[in-house]
Amino acid sequence: MSLHHETLATLSRKLAAREISAVELAHLYLERIDGNRDLNAFLDVRPDVTLAQARAADARRKAGDAGPLTGLPIAHKDIFVTRDFASTASSRMLEGYMSPFDATVVSNLATAGMVTLGKLNCDEFAMGSSNENSAYGNVLNPWDKSAVPGGSSGGSSAAVAARIAPVATATDTGGSIREPAAFTGVTGTKPTYGRPSRWGMIAFASSLDTAGLMTLSAEDAALVLSAMVGFDPKDSTSVDRPPENFARALTEPLRGRRIGVPKEFFGGGLQPDVEAAVREALGTYQRLGAKLIDISLPNAALGIPVYYVVAPAECSSNLSRFDGVRYGHRARDYGDLTDMIKKSRAEGLGAEPKRRILVGAYVLSHGYYDAYYLKAQQVRRLIADEFRAAFEQCDLIAGPVTTSVAFGFGEKAADPVAMYMSDLYTIPGSLAGIPSMSIPCGFGAHGRPVGLQLMANYFDEARMLGAAHQYQLATDWHARVPAGF
Amino acid sequence: MALSLDDVARIAHLARIEITDDEARRTLAQLNDIFAMIERMQAVDTTGIEPMSHPLGGGQRLRDDAVTETDNREANLRNAPAQQDGLFLVPRVIE
Repeated sequence: MSLHHETLATLSRKLAAREISAVELAHLYLERIDGNRDLNAFLDVRPDVTLAQARAADARRKAGDAGPLTGLPIAHKDIFVTRDFASTASSRMLEGYMSPFDATVVSNLATAGMVTLGKLNCDEFAMGSSNENSAYGNVLNPWDKSAVPGGSSGGSSAAVAARIAPVATATDTGGSIREPAAFTGVTGTKPTYGRPSRWGMIAFASSLDTAGLMTLSAEDAALVLSAMVGFDPKDSTSVDRPPENFARALTEPLRGRRIGVPKEFFGGGLQPDVEAAVREALGTYQRLGAKLIDISLPNAALGIPVYYVVAPAECSSNLSRFDGVRYGHRARDYGDLTDMIKKSRAEGLGAEPKRRILVGAYVLSHGYYDAYYLKAQQVRRLIADEFRAAFEQCDLIAGPVTTSVAFGFGEKAADPVAMYMSDLYTIPGSLAGIPSMSIPCGFGAHGRPVGLQLMANYFDEARMLGAAHQYQLATDWHARVPAGF
Repeated sequence: MALSLDDVARIAHLARIEITDDEARRTLAQLNDIFAMIERMQAVDTTGIEPMSHPLGGGQRLRDDAVTETDNREANLRNAPAQQDGLFLVPRVIE
């Protein structure tokens, strides 16, 4: 087996056994990144920075100061600001922006000794489901280069699927980790809202934005998540809980585990190829001793309308900071201050962020606030309450991540509402703020991957990751490598 | 309920985004599609339901009233499109 096909857990053991060095690993992945530039997964790569971090990691190990993550390479979604790499959110607005500080997620992982490979392409300001909204071009799906890699974390999913990074950070506001993970056959994990710090994550919708990971396995996710999350006084919604070892439940057997299957997730829009793979995975869980329970989330389907009020409202507020004054693009020709701001935003922002800003400005405007924003927040409560009620009956919820396998470039780009429907099954969990993940569970049309979604109650990540790990011990979908990688 | 071209112009101004007539027309059709989709949630009875602004509830955490930031003026000005003498420059506002 090639070294770059190994999981992080294995690479960690090899580093500890001195079979490889951090510098060797950094060289290996930098070469792979360079050799697969056509994927367009990376937006900024600086080998001198990466190699300096790798040398420091090796020095730490030599000094007896290494932890399990020391020397392991990671790439960051370009939503996290970084001091040593440009931070653009895939927007022209922030072209070349060099942050004066590192995001907390980035600095936590650097403190653990991880080595940064570079910054990953995504949909502009994390708004999109196909990565086609990046100002820096499409990212190709390694399984089929005519298919989208999902979004918004499309660079993260493609990089891990292509094994040009062994792990990548990602962010999920309505499905931006799970949908691309499903489309590229990798393991995508979104923890409970508020557990990972939002400080230094370029804000889209602050009551939803959650940092997470793309990995090759649930075991790898548990390993990195343990170092990544934790209370951060700099994030006003950070949850103050003691650090947790997310790997502690990996070996727990599935016998007796109650898995809820929401009937609303198997409705009309679900494609038969995806349904077949998901049902097969549910059957595997049953064989492993879990008990399947029929549950109902009656308002889950309203997640999309609710989300497309709440998220644009918060986005229109958050993106008001891009005014061409303190940082970001400023128009060349303008009249007064208002004109300068209007022209700078018109030029610097892409079509999708503009669309969402306009929707948000409308739903928050005088006379419409109650009918839209307040109403959406009320339905959001109903959806969250349905999850709470469901978790009285079951330990986990399972179902599809997406209605179909990855679609082709341009298929939905002209129809925003069709694109929004891509997140039908991921948005409800985002609105509730519960942890959820996508694990590979087979292949559908055109040989493109299918993901199984697992959702857990608040703060129950360890058990969710354990259930994913048990499935991955019994199956090898997560270990399949796209041809040529 | 459908938006008009005037609505688009109004919210674009509120959001401080310059928009051409052509763009406004295209945007209008898309926004109306989006609002037609959003309309579905109006069918739910939400009488007496407390709006959910945040997944975990709870109030805003307060920190001690102490100086925590060091002087980062130079680093914070580095990305400014126009600056002088340690200040951000904008077009004259007061004549």
